[in-house]
This record gives sequence, structure tokens and C-alpha cells, in this order.
Amino acid sequence: MPTSVPISWYLILSAILFGLGVAGFIYRRNIITVFMSIELMLNAVNLTFITFSYTLKQIDGQIFSFFVMVVAAAEAAVGLAIILTVFKNRQTLMIDDVSSMKY
Amino acid sequence: MTALIFIIFAGIAVFCGISLVAQTHPIASALSLIGVMGSLAVLYLQLGGEFIAMAQLIVYAGAIMVLFIFVIMLLNAGAEASSRQISIFARYLGILLLAAFLGLISFIIQATLPKTEGVVFGAFQGGTAANFGRRLFTAYLLPFEVTSVLILIAILGAIVLARREV
Repeated sequence: MPTSVPISWYLILSAILFGLGVAGFIYRRNIITVFMSIELMLNAVNLTFITFSYTLKQIDGQIFSFFVMVVAAAEAAVGLAIILTVFKNRQTLMIDDVSSMKY
Repeated sequence: MTALIFIIFAGIAVFCGISLVAQTHPIASALSLIGVMGSLAVLYLQLGGEFIAMAQLIVYAGAIMVLFIFVIMLLNAGAEASSRQISIFARYLGILLLAAFLGLISFIIQATLPKTEGVVFGAFQGGTAANFGRRLFTAYLLPFEVTSVLILIAILGAIVLARREV
């Protein structure tokens, strides 16, 4: 077993988590789970930023991931308020039932 | 040791990520997401991001996930009803294609990345809160201030959306 971890392992982990996030976003039908899949994708991107921050020995990548966190917090607040409003008007959380803008 | 910790926590992260997608109940998905975030915080620490690892735990696993679980419990969201008729063939084909796609991406990353020295814990110590704050409040001062405006707008939007008469 190597004592140091190759950089590519971190990037591959990030790609796997992002792929799982995309799969959950497409496959799941509960609007809250879809939203959580988006958070998973944001986390995967943060891991890439911090990996390259280590590779380049510069802190800027970590600051970018900090901004991603802040934007994710704002997005979660607004998104969950939208989910609350949708539930109040429709009494459902399934995205198949919220399709009045289709066609 | 570094490799062992990476393998353990990367395994936890992938397992929890699969669990997030596979579970039908939103609470189980939320707990899986907390598992992903916690293990990613360990990996951030390994990469020398002390401050960002703590921010990950406090802001993401603490604040944002509490908001999620609060909404799940407020709306009393139960298990996802399997109303759709999805063929078993399409489901397994999708899993297979996702695995093939991720394998391809992994191969491309492994093949095209220039060979550099691996990650050793402690080799990069620039991620302390002091360094982070100094960089954030000098070079990134304008984005930081714009972010505060963004959060103000988000608060106003959340209040307006969650009001009764919308």
C-alpha cells in the first residue's frame, strides 16, 4: 500500500460523487431528494477545488469552495421556501404531479 | 496511513452517496448526505484545508442539513410512492451505463493527469483560518461583500415565498 495518495484518486472520487448526484437528480421523484442530489453535486465540486488547491499549494481553491458553500446555503434557504410553497398549493412532493408548465 | 484513511472515508462517501440515491425515504437520504459530508470533511483535512473542513461540518452538515430535516419533518414527507411503471430492464441498464460512464471518466482522469507526487498529510499547511482570512479579506474582498448582498436577497426571498398568502 502506498504511503501517499495519488491526486487522481481524489478526482475520481469527486467524479463518482458527481455522477451519483446526477443519477439521483434524474431518477428520484421526491422533490426534497432531488434537491439533496444537487447538494451532493456541489460537494463533489468542492472536493475538486480543494484537491487542486493542494496540488498548486495555493489557498484560492479553498476560498472558491467557501463561496460555493455560501451560495449553497442561500440556495437551500430559497429552495426549501419554494418547496414549502409548492406543498402548500398542491399538497404533494412528487415532481410528476407538479407539471402544469408542461406543454 | 494517509492512503488507509483515504480509502476508508472515500468508501464511506461512495456508500452513503449510493444510499442517498437508492433510499426511498427522504430522512434516510438526508442522513446519507450527512455521512457524505462528514467523510468529505475528513478528506478536506487530509488535503490541508483545516478551516474549510470545519466550515463543511458546521455550515453543511450542521446548518443546511438541519434545514432539510426540518422541512422533511414539517411536511411529513413519507416514502416515495412507486406510481411510475419503470421497466426493470431500463433500471438495470441505467445502473450499468452509469457504472460504465464513471469507469470511463476514472480511466481518463487516471490516464491524462500528469504524474505528480501524491498527497501527504501536512505537506500543505496554508489552509489555516489565519491564512484563509487574510486572503479572503484582501484579494477576495469584493466577492465577499457581494456574497453578503446575495444572502440578504436570499433571506428576503425566503420570507416572501414562505408567507401565507402566496
